[in-house]
Amino acid sequence: MKVAFASGKGGTGKTTVAVNIANILQQTGVDVQLLDCDVEEPNAHLFLLPRIDGSIPATVRIPEVAEEHCTGCGVCAEFCQYNAITVFKNTVIVFPELCHGCGVCAEFCPERIITESDRAIGVIEGGAAGGIGFLQGRLNVGEVLAPPLIRQVKEKVPAAAVTLVDCPPGTSCPVIEAVRDMDLVVLVSEPTPFGFYDLTLMAATLKTLAIPSGVVVNRCDIGNDELYLFCRREGLPILAEIPHDRRIAECYSRGALITEALPEYRELFAGLWKQVLTLLPSRPDREGRE
Amino acid sequence: MNRGASMTKEITILSGKGGSGKTTVTGALAALEKNAVLVDADVDAPDLHLLLQPRIRRSTIFYGSKKAKTIPADCIHCGLCVGACRFDAIAPGEPPEICIIFCEGCGMCYRICPVEAIEFAEARTGEWYVSDTAYGPMVHARLDPAQGNSGKLVSLVREEGRKIAAANQAEFILTDGPPGIGCPVIASLAGTGFVLIVTEPTLAGEHDLRRLAELLALFKIPAGLCLNKWDLNPEMAARMEAAGRDLGMHAVGRIRFDLTTVEAQLQGRTVMDYPASPAAADIEALWKNVLNLLRKNDSGG
Repeated sequence: MKVAFASGKGGTGKTTVAVNIANILQQTGVDVQLLDCDVEEPNAHLFLLPRIDGSIPATVRIPEVAEEHCTGCGVCAEFCQYNAITVFKNTVIVFPELCHGCGVCAEFCPERIITESDRAIGVIEGGAAGGIGFLQGRLNVGEVLAPPLIRQVKEKVPAAAVTLVDCPPGTSCPVIEAVRDMDLVVLVSEPTPFGFYDLTLMAATLKTLAIPSGVVVNRCDIGNDELYLFCRREGLPILAEIPHDRRIAECYSRGALITEALPEYRELFAGLWKQVLTLLPSRPDREGRE
Repeated sequence: MNRGASMTKEITILSGKGGSGKTTVTGALAALEKNAVLVDADVDAPDLHLLLQPRIRRSTIFYGSKKAKTIPADCIHCGLCVGACRFDAIAPGEPPEICIIFCEGCGMCYRICPVEAIEFAEARTGEWYVSDTAYGPMVHARLDPAQGNSGKLVSLVREEGRKIAAANQAEFILTDGPPGIGCPVIASLAGTGFVLIVTEPTLAGEHDLRRLAELLALFKIPAGLCLNKWDLNPEMAARMEAAGRDLGMHAVGRIRFDLTTVEAQLQGRTVMDYPASPAAADIEALWKNVLNLLRKNDSGG
């Protein structure tokens, strides 16, 4: 089963919930792996301290033009929707960072003189943190396109009973790529106006994608009840409530796992996972029940 | 200082890590600076309007990209489009179904279809607004659910902000930026005069700060560093300020952990409406430091 952790608003506790669930599951012997798909700012490794066993480049395909045969017809530039290729007389200029790797220029060049080569945009690193399988993407600084890297991280994922995906903040392309093909999305939010508003945006996105979701209310004792009313109205189940506790913030700040440093919270995360399991479409091969 | 249009200075508020207080600080700075245009460049999850209560004067539909669509009556079910799409956006079928969410708008299917059974046209992906607030004009936007291409929309709202600033002879553009270091952040950087980094004293905040600093170095944009909730981990705050100095950033402020910021959000106000609060005092000091630093930079000091 595949479960993602998303939020809309940043800093609501996605990574905290994901890594602590991973920790609880490994301790109960569940075959679990965590994918950090926040490739712009991957942070899960700070909490899990995985041993990295291998690293491979993530690439996108970019055009290469055999200019000596170019007639300067300009079809490639005209067809490219991303302004990634321009033609001036018989000189073709490619802007690799704008290229989405769609292949249209190569496919439709009348002279068939455009080939494609791989350009690295980041790395995919894999390993393990104790009993937790670990995989993360890391976008090279200065690169624009996170979605292809996220796609490639997910393609590299080995089979496991439970796959947890830590998503980037926001609601657009990178998040959509991360939650694509998930069985369930856990929305981690807080009952403040910012948290609430961004949750409504993310909930609308998931509705469009037809992915079921539930909500974890972090810092549940600050703010107001708008988020709760919204969840009730939309039929979004509340999976768990995490209180506002300065010790949790301090724990997070130094990269510690709550389920290790504050054992009284273990029950809360175990209960959260139990709620997740009740929401998943039942499968005969389902594992990770307890 | 010359208050002419050409002297407008854009300050972009960024963080790397999300949820570290960018919008809270941007809202407070809007209240402090009387001659600014306000831009919300976090079009993915915009929140600044929740503090500034804009009255929308003009709203415009945003066409972010072209999207492909099958014409079922003309389709001969050859399946060529399914194999040609590199974004897995076309599900096989009779006719194949193009998922508008995953369609990257490249036009491959439209061009490869042998019987012209695919349309390819500009599609609405959001809306953007020019508004009035109690603190000055504001430009903001909203992507439709599950839509992409936010970088283009970020560039658009910033461009509109610059036009208004020029017309109003505004001294500052205050741009509330998105989290991360990718597409929308890079779109919010080009041509900005100064980046104010608002982050928090956590291991994750530190990790993300380093990546953001690397990005700013590529763009050669000067930056100041503000530690929000610094008292949650004073040791880490000091360590990050030292790291910032090594990366060429000035430490421009520390904001204490203060639940007044939540109360302000609940009332739809900026934290400057709570002048007795620690956060308001700290942000006022922050703004003074930023102004001093900008003045020093301008005079080449």
